[in-house]
Amino acid sequence: MTHLLRLTVFALAAGALVLPILAGLWETGRAAFGVLPAIGADRLTLDPWRQLAALPGFATSLRLTLVTGVGSTLVALILAAGAVAMLAGRGGGPARLIAPLLAAPHAALAIGVAFLIAPSGWIVRLVSPWATGWDRPPDLALLNDPWGGALMLGLLIKEVPFLMLVMASALGQLPLRATLATGRALGYGRATAWLRLILPRLYPLIRLPVYIVLAFALSVVDMAIILGPSTPPTLAVALTRWFGAADTALILPASAGAVLQAGLVVGGIALWRGAELMLARLGRAWLRRGARGRGAAALLAACGAAVAGLVTLGLLALAALAVWSLAWRWPFPAALPEAWSLRGWLRPADWGEALGTTLALGLASTALSLTLAITWLEAEDRAGRMPWSGALIYLPLLVPQIAFLYGLNVVMLRAGLSGGMGAVIWAQVLFVFPYVMLALADPWRALDRRLLATAAALGAGPVRRLLGVKLPVLARPILTAAAVGFAVSVAQYLPTLFMGAGRVTTLTTEAVTLSSGSDRRVVGLYGALQAMLPFLAYALALGLPAILHRNRRGLTGGLG
Amino acid sequence: MSLDLIDLTVTPPGATQPLFAPLTLSVAPGQVVTVTGPSGVGKSTLLDAIGGHLAPGFVASGRVVLNGRDVTRLPAESRRIGILFQEALLFPHLSVGDNLAFGLAARIRGRAARRAAVQAALDQAGLSDFYDRDPATLSGGQRARAALMRTALAESLALLLDEPFSKLDTALRADLRRFFFGHVQAHAIPTLMVTHDTEDARAAAGPVVAL
Repeated sequence: MTHLLRLTVFALAAGALVLPILAGLWETGRAAFGVLPAIGADRLTLDPWRQLAALPGFATSLRLTLVTGVGSTLVALILAAGAVAMLAGRGGGPARLIAPLLAAPHAALAIGVAFLIAPSGWIVRLVSPWATGWDRPPDLALLNDPWGGALMLGLLIKEVPFLMLVMASALGQLPLRATLATGRALGYGRATAWLRLILPRLYPLIRLPVYIVLAFALSVVDMAIILGPSTPPTLAVALTRWFGAADTALILPASAGAVLQAGLVVGGIALWRGAELMLARLGRAWLRRGARGRGAAALLAACGAAVAGLVTLGLLALAALAVWSLAWRWPFPAALPEAWSLRGWLRPADWGEALGTTLALGLASTALSLTLAITWLEAEDRAGRMPWSGALIYLPLLVPQIAFLYGLNVVMLRAGLSGGMGAVIWAQVLFVFPYVMLALADPWRALDRRLLATAAALGAGPVRRLLGVKLPVLARPILTAAAVGFAVSVAQYLPTLFMGAGRVTTLTTEAVTLSSGSDRRVVGLYGALQAMLPFLAYALALGLPAILHRNRRGLTGGLG
Repeated sequence: MSLDLIDLTVTPPGATQPLFAPLTLSVAPGQVVTVTGPSGVGKSTLLDAIGGHLAPGFVASGRVVLNGRDVTRLPAESRRIGILFQEALLFPHLSVGDNLAFGLAARIRGRAARRAAVQAALDQAGLSDFYDRDPATLSGGQRARAALMRTALAESLALLLDEPFSKLDTALRADLRRFFFGHVQAHAIPTLMVTHDTEDARAAAGPVVAL
């Protein structure tokens, strides 16, 4: 019985999550070596790789990808660790400021950052002309700079809060106060005790999220289109262009590039792991020296200040979206619009359809993912954890989207499924489900087993235990996981683009497409709408249990 | 009519040795048998094995027989063996009364009849006005009484107590022991208690088994 259950869940996961990725990688891989029957290519050859290497800007794209991807992840990790060390155990006030940045989709945040740092952006407007003397936008490459600086800034604003959240929740598993007290009693300052005693135990707990951030930063597309360099762009953006080009001959070298992109991520993670091991050796040597240095405090303070700056920029970026969506006349260098208008918001004919599609996709993929996650966790409860199951779940977050989505679309085309809502929903579930699991698995597994034993001893069978005890007690984390899933769905760009074959338009695809256009009022409106949806989802997730359980003190914090 | 353990022992996942030597024991109706032993010897695991609550991977051998019926292969919900933990776990999302109603046997039908049965149990526990209370607002002693009543309403044929009084202060303990053991005797329920407290064992006045 339990074996059957295990097998069913395993088959479900393999069929829904792993198979599409393998099939997609297989088709992409075949095309990378010259086999794509749909365009008449059927001979095994290395030509696509030669063409790829000869494409203009290829080497630069590669270098940009590595620098922005590895660089932003490394900086994000250091800054997040420093900020968490500063904040831990000192109340959650400042931490609440990062919530909007966690909720906002990458594309919306990127557009906001662009509105902020562009030569004609808010920051320049705020200091002009009184401080700079500029009465026209300066001719500076502040946005889409060829070094990828703006892209890294955007990535940092999004990834630092994510890593901080992950670290803060992992800290809950460590005896923080006692460990720091022990360290300080031995003569180490708070900051250096943190670095020596907490960080080495914290890092293994957040390794997977760090790899997810690294894989994401190495292969991000939407943010790189909006903020990154354009000629040449990062590899993932170049691939997206080539896949979408009118000239189908570019598909083969693009496939080779997609395989290379997957290799970059695998190689990047392997290198990172190697660096971890080396650092651990160095760190142990440093620990054995026993120096009670005082430099660590300044280091942590610097990280804290940098994070404060990033969070400020991020919040300003979101504000910029709102202001532009309400602006009517805003000539340079005025600090605020001269005329405001609700005109954009009051014309749902323009954006209503994209909003409806986004909502439908979000609700469907969240419902499916949540059902799958609860089924998975319930099966675990009844039949025990499956070894390697974690790797299966998080695979879609570690393999770059571009490496398998085109190939997957080839499979779907053959099956006649491409371009429909169903295909897009399925592709989104690949990415929504892992995040729902990330959000739900820990609270689910932390549920007091004796509560369930009590219910069973009272005669409640498995179904009644699930519906009558587990789901209501876990209502808060379940709703939070749903909000996380919805936010992830709203933010999806490539899956919608590729599996929708250009026929499915969401707020995100529209926002990215329009972002290169000039009418900031329209772009701002799409960005604001896109950023608002996850906010509403989180507000509901926090508000509903507060109402449902308003008379239940045992559920207002602890268990959730 | 009794709870009988026959050569019962448990092997944890991955282990080659069982946790404790096979245990054979008979608990008569209304009798309270105390199980003692050092921490980590597997006292709570023994209760899990009897009640059917072993985590996946744990393997029990031997038999559990309740009133002549072999329940070893039955799932927990079909054994009719109540269990009470030291925190007296009430479901946090249900009111005190609804916690009792959750336990109340399904054969009692009709809203009024069920409500009356729950109210009678609350009265018996000195919790008459507590039907709509949030369990989180109860004292430890009140929680323990409510949890015992919940088990009684489920018509449990045997009872397992896992350090039921250890979280309470001394004055309250004597009071609750009287309430618990009085209830067990009055209803002739065979009871197995795990405890560290020698006072508990003395008050239970039954055999003591060292694990």
